[in-house]
Amino acid sequence: MKSAPYLLSLPALLLFAVIVVVPLIMTVLLSFHDWGQYKGIEPVFILKNWHEVFTDSYFLEMFWRTFRIAFSVTVLAALLGAPEAYILNRMKSPWRGIFLLVILGPLLISVVARTLGWALLFGGNSGLVNKALASIGLIDAPLPFMFTETGVIVALTHVLMPYMVLAVWAALQRLDPQVENAAVALGAGPFTVLRRIVLPQVMPGILSGAIIVFALAASAFATPAIIGGRRLKVASTLAYDEFLNTLNWPLGAAVAVLLLIALVAIVVGLSRLVERRYAQVFG
Amino acid sequence: MAFLELDKLSKTFGSHLAVDGLTLGVEKGEFVSLLGPSGCGKTTTLQMIAGFVEPSGGSIRLEGRDLLAVKPARRGLGIVFQSYALFPHMTVAENVGFGLEMQGVAAPERIKRIGETLELVGLSAFAGRYPRQMSGGQQQRVALARALVIRPQILLLDEPLSNLDAKLREEMQIELRQIQRTVGTTTILVTHDQAEAMALSDRLVVMNHGRAEQIGPPHEAYERPATPFVASFLGRTNLVGGATVRPEKISFAAQGLAGKVRTRIFQGNHWLYQVETTDGLVTVIRQNTGEAMPAEGEAVHLAWGAA
Ligand SMILES: Nc1ncnc2c1ncn2[C@@H]1O[C@H](COP(=O)(O)OP(=O)(O)OP(=O)(O)O)[C@@H](O)[C@H]1O
Ligand SMILES: [Mg+2]
Repeated sequence: MKSAPYLLSLPALLLFAVIVVVPLIMTVLLSFHDWGQYKGIEPVFILKNWHEVFTDSYFLEMFWRTFRIAFSVTVLAALLGAPEAYILNRMKSPWRGIFLLVILGPLLISVVARTLGWALLFGGNSGLVNKALASIGLIDAPLPFMFTETGVIVALTHVLMPYMVLAVWAALQRLDPQVENAAVALGAGPFTVLRRIVLPQVMPGILSGAIIVFALAASAFATPAIIGGRRLKVASTLAYDEFLNTLNWPLGAAVAVLLLIALVAIVVGLSRLVERRYAQVFG
Repeated sequence: MAFLELDKLSKTFGSHLAVDGLTLGVEKGEFVSLLGPSGCGKTTTLQMIAGFVEPSGGSIRLEGRDLLAVKPARRGLGIVFQSYALFPHMTVAENVGFGLEMQGVAAPERIKRIGETLELVGLSAFAGRYPRQMSGGQQQRVALARALVIRPQILLLDEPLSNLDAKLREEMQIELRQIQRTVGTTTILVTHDQAEAMALSDRLVVMNHGRAEQIGPPHEAYERPATPFVASFLGRTNLVGGATVRPEKISFAAQGLAGKVRTRIFQGNHWLYQVETTDGLVTVIRQNTGEAMPAEGEAVHLAWGAA
């Protein structure tokens, strides 16, 4: 009878194995195969792709850019999202629901549509904002946005913000309002209450939101593909290009696998760190 | 003029009158309890004194000055919340020291006073712990220490003992009373436990539906209740021979009101009887002195003094 739970979860495990584990193993194997312009993919075991990924400075720069973007997006999302969640939490009944919908609504719209919105606003001379700013004489040349790192960071922050707001909001919901009152009664002003009482208590929420946002930003595809295009590549768009344009599947597989490994290492490492830091305090 | 004066203090939530014209004077060093059933406005009254709820009418004066004009952060009151409301991310010492830090007390003096106060509540060994790592009773004492360390003009306690088990609650009652006596802080306690209120207070304010039904020393309120509500709220009562008589004032005698014992319950230090009489069911409490007591079904006579 002890095996019942395992038997019951077998279908789910099988499904997981078929749709996640198998393709993953095949991708890993693929990264060790050879490829040539004319001979195509050769199922042999060589380290050529991995050697290339680790030695060619092009890949180093691209991975560095990927994580630099992900880090900037995470910091921006935390700086904007945490206060946003706090203000939302202080709102009164009807407004709170309305603004929660406004903030989370974008999750219901395709990432592509949201990113294209940014492209319409800032895309070159014909971008609406650029046109408006130029017409009132504030700028001479259009603001560089498309194909820039700044552009990708801004658009990704917008796309991923709801995850941060949700994580912080959940942490704020758990706060006891009496704890803030206790601080006030002891003589703390509003800013001190925020900095010394509220912020430290929602820090685990901010950090878990940061981990989610970082992982999603580092592996994001649609937004860097539209804003960054082929001029500003990140790991996911590069892997895509190797697969569909260059047709060098093994090299693309090596890039994809390396991105996955780096991401898992960072996320697991950070979660451990956060857990250890707060185990004693929040248990 | 009293130290703290509540004058016709009122609070309405929408159309609901939570506190209805409460007038009360509290002397310096006095221990006053607000006692009443759930929802009678005790917490609301306390929160108005603390400044977290704005009164709809009336005034509050501390040493003759209008307290309502003072911001909650400037009132200098010590508050122990029902949920303790400790800062979960700070150690016990940091919790206790927070108020001193806000007052701008320098570090050496702060450390000294934190130590003294933790000693007062018997928690010196726990200074480095986080609230999560402590029992309910210990957390309660941290909350008390945090409120006392700033040397508040008034200590406000909102059901501080209600989360504790019976034995610990009794211990904490004794401790609380001792600490209050030592420090001499004017204290207002909110509770719905009449035994706790009577054990601790110099005076009771028995509240019902937002009104003070009686204000006076516990003994007086118990012996001479001003209203039937006060009588029934402060312990059991019997209506016999047209008079209200407390169960412990009735004894078994050779003659008097005739009746038959319906139930008899042993409660350790006393016996609880239900006796059927011509005046209806009468509750009788007798001390357990070790003597033989009437059994169930036995015919008895009840007597009581002309109280
Ligand atoms: N913020 C509020 N909004 C609306 N009504 C409220 C609010 N706070 C309290 N009340 C109402 O006011 C009345 C008094 O509440 P209060 O919290 O003072 O009761 P209490 O005597 O402390 O009761 P308890 O023993 O259950 O804590 C209750 O009927 C309650 O429903
Ligand atoms: Mg209450």
